[in-house]
Amino acid sequence: MLGLIGKKIGMTQVFDANGKLIPVTVIKIEDNIVLGGRTEQQNGYTAAVLGSVDIRKNLVNKAVAGQYKDICEPKRYMVEFRDYDKEVKTGDALTVKEFADTAFVDVTGISKGKGFAGGMKRWGFQGGRKTHGSKFHRDIGGTAMSSTPARTFPGHHMAGHMGVDKVTVQNLRVVKVDEELKVIMVKGAIPGPAQSAVIVKKAVKKR
Amino acid sequence: MDTIKAIEEQQIKENVTEIHVGDTAKVYFKIVEGATERVQVFEGIIIAINNGGIRKTFVVRKISNGVGVERIFPLHSPRVERIEVVRRGRVRRAKLYYLRDKVGKAAKVPELIKKKQA
Repeated sequence: MLGLIGKKIGMTQVFDANGKLIPVTVIKIEDNIVLGGRTEQQNGYTAAVLGSVDIRKNLVNKAVAGQYKDICEPKRYMVEFRDYDKEVKTGDALTVKEFADTAFVDVTGISKGKGFAGGMKRWGFQGGRKTHGSKFHRDIGGTAMSSTPARTFPGHHMAGHMGVDKVTVQNLRVVKVDEELKVIMVKGAIPGPAQSAVIVKKAVKKR
Repeated sequence: MDTIKAIEEQQIKENVTEIHVGDTAKVYFKIVEGATERVQVFEGIIIAINNGGIRKTFVVRKISNGVGVERIFPLHSPRVERIEVVRRGRVRRAKLYYLRDKVGKAAKVPELIKKKQA
């Protein structure tokens, strides 16, 4: 599966050939350096390990720096991609060019944190009326039945921490691949704040 | 942010006709009907301009068969082929929404006549 590490830059709009404005998310893909691989004999599966985005040297300890020894400067992100499409060898630099003839991609990122959120925001509960004497506004309502079973089932949807989850958005159309700016533009939104790391993969369900 | 600016700048049209609120203008708008393409002209008064970089739009109002018709055009759209200013208008505000409530002569904008520099 073809995949690269990128950085969410933000959203904008572009005109397509028919003059329609399309909302796009801009993902910057700096050079992805191949740091190694996993093989069937040694590891029981095949994969490629990629690293991207430069990091200041004083933020890297010896254990991390050692993994980049003789290959490149230490990188901020290191990701393993199972069954990589392309034949790659350690030290290769992969660019946004790899997506030049890809129509759809899946993008994985860490969603924006929402803090401690109530049931309406977190699970889409209906809530109650705001006015006309209603005393039931944004509560979650009943959580269980009566004397049987006399308890709330585990996993019941309630208020709690929301966001900062790993989220994948599938089947995003690739609008443009710009090799000069090192960016890929996909139609629609992707998870996470701007400047956050995302993983762009070829779409699993759509070609 | 700079990357996004660079992307938007690629699409911003250079030398677009200078338009002002109050102008009467002809907008040559490309229309795609299946395989054929033709240019339609929409003539009216520009009653508003909404800035926003690549999203800059302007609103053209005309009276068609006694009914007021307004169209919003994205200035930088490739489908806006060209704009021809027929007549400059003398106006004192940025949005001419008051024209919607006016009928007949009151719904007109006086022409801008520039005095020659002495």
